[in-house]
Amino acid sequence: MSSAKAKPKVGRTSLAKTPTGIQGLDEITGGGLPKGRVTLVCGKAGCGKSLLAMEFLMHGAVQYGEPGVCMDFEETEEKLTANVASLGFDLRELSKRKKLLVDYVSIERNQIAETGEYNLDGLFIRLAHAVKAIKAKRVVLDSVEALFSGIADSAILRSELRRVFRWLEDQKLTAIVTGEAGTHTLTRHGLEEYIADCVISLDHRVTEQISTRRLRIVKYRGTSHGTDEYPFLIDEDGISVLPITSLLLTHEALTDRVSTGIPALDEMMEGKGFFRGSSVLVTGTAGTGKSSVAANFARAACARGEVCLYFTFEESPSQILRNMRSVGLDLERWVNKRLLHFNAMRPTSTGLEGHLAVIHRLISQLRPSVVVIDPITNLISASGSYDVKSMLMRLVDFLKVQQITSMFTNLTFAGDPQERTAAAVSSLMDTWIVLRDSKPNGRPRRELYVLKSRGMSHSREARELIVSEKGLELGTVLRDHAQATTVEGTSAVAATE
Amino acid sequence: MKKSSAKKRQPKTSRSDFFILRLYIAGQTPNSIAAITNLKKICEEKLHGKYCIEVVDLLEKPQLAKGDQIIAIPTLVRRLPPPVKKIIGNLSRTESVIVGLDLQPAR
Repeated sequence: MSSAKAKPKVGRTSLAKTPTGIQGLDEITGGGLPKGRVTLVCGKAGCGKSLLAMEFLMHGAVQYGEPGVCMDFEETEEKLTANVASLGFDLRELSKRKKLLVDYVSIERNQIAETGEYNLDGLFIRLAHAVKAIKAKRVVLDSVEALFSGIADSAILRSELRRVFRWLEDQKLTAIVTGEAGTHTLTRHGLEEYIADCVISLDHRVTEQISTRRLRIVKYRGTSHGTDEYPFLIDEDGISVLPITSLLLTHEALTDRVSTGIPALDEMMEGKGFFRGSSVLVTGTAGTGKSSVAANFARAACARGEVCLYFTFEESPSQILRNMRSVGLDLERWVNKRLLHFNAMRPTSTGLEGHLAVIHRLISQLRPSVVVIDPITNLISASGSYDVKSMLMRLVDFLKVQQITSMFTNLTFAGDPQERTAAAVSSLMDTWIVLRDSKPNGRPRRELYVLKSRGMSHSREARELIVSEKGLELGTVLRDHAQATTVEGTSAVAATE
Repeated sequence: MKKSSAKKRQPKTSRSDFFILRLYIAGQTPNSIAAITNLKKICEEKLHGKYCIEVVDLLEKPQLAKGDQIIAIPTLVRRLPPPVKKIIGNLSRTESVIVGLDLQPAR
């Protein structure tokens, strides 16, 4: 089976690429920005274009050994140093080591009197001088729109900008030029017309009080790029773009199995448990034991020496630790051994994309083999009317490509037939375990059954789930779960009592 | 190459009608040559010798562009008397030069 990672197409006419070092962006672009060319990054104020440009320079200087020059038309030295420091980079230090040079070009707000012909050789000279001084390979012009307020003759300015872009390409410098978004055009002054090779547009919108950021590759000559918008996040590490996942469904189906953490449940699945790299959904009404099932699964992974990432959206990690202790599960020792990592967030703290970006980032940092998301219920509702399925599909796909076995818990509501969990979710899942309460003959009882599990002959029995301080156990076989949806108190149910 | 830093030494004076003007050029381009010629003419006519012109060629001294924040060439900066004023272009429009630099000597 071919590898699932999208490899950049290497053809005779494809451009060489310069990696940006920005999480997710290099994946989306198949390697980075076009090398030795000018890329335009446009967007409204505050959308992150200056940050993207500066990160490009920072990573270039620190990670890729490519010094960079920034011609800054907008910010002062103090502001830029502070912004960059918030990302963990020291501008002054990098300048001293000649890895970075920033030239603050101040543009008069009122246009300077023009007394005859002129050109922008002064700008050229400053740029060339800076590039030569540190032997720069990367250049940022941020933001070129500011020039339009200082220079009255826009015809001269445009022709000079074209000259600057050509100069940058002649010098084989990889450059980012930032431009402010226009109302009907990509940039206010139509700079996109002068940029032939790559244009990236950033967007920042607030929907239902949740702000989401999107990145779109408007143009990338020589590379087949998706025309979708990719959600991204800005946090203390900078920009993270949610990476593309293979849309070709070519991820390998692994044949390894991993234990569910509950021996009796393993037995119901050919005695072996889940397929490694598969996606598991655990649904049930409130209090049926979903988190306990998830916790057992996490524990089993840690006991094998594997790293487990547990994302919790409802309970705090300490609540979970306490609750699990009451059912005989000591998770704390795995936390101490740094095999179990909790990440807790309120579902409404950011949009669905924001959560996914955090999940992606943590997964890249911690490289778990098992991930639990408990629950996904509120994530689905927090995203409002957005297309949940495509976001979840991205996540599940990403996890499969990483060969991570994932477990998702979801709350269903009493009265709804069990199988009516969000349809968007269940089709993405390889295994679906249902927990439910029942009261045959008045005695409350929890049940568990495996509704589906692709690729294996799983038990179709419904068994009683017994939760005690000794842990989770599966009790007697109750019946074939196909009858679980029938009305309570039928003779079939009574017969097994 | 023709030496392009030409300083006319004038006795230092603190009188407010003595102008120190700095013209930034980038090589001997037609615009730059025109600017130098036009500037000399205007100064002779309007400032009656009470001026000093410094010509800075950024091709030779690129590091000097930063100080006065030069992006356009030619740029003429009035350094003294204060306030500092800046205009761009080859100075062919005499009226704009006079107004832009406020070249009326103090009476």
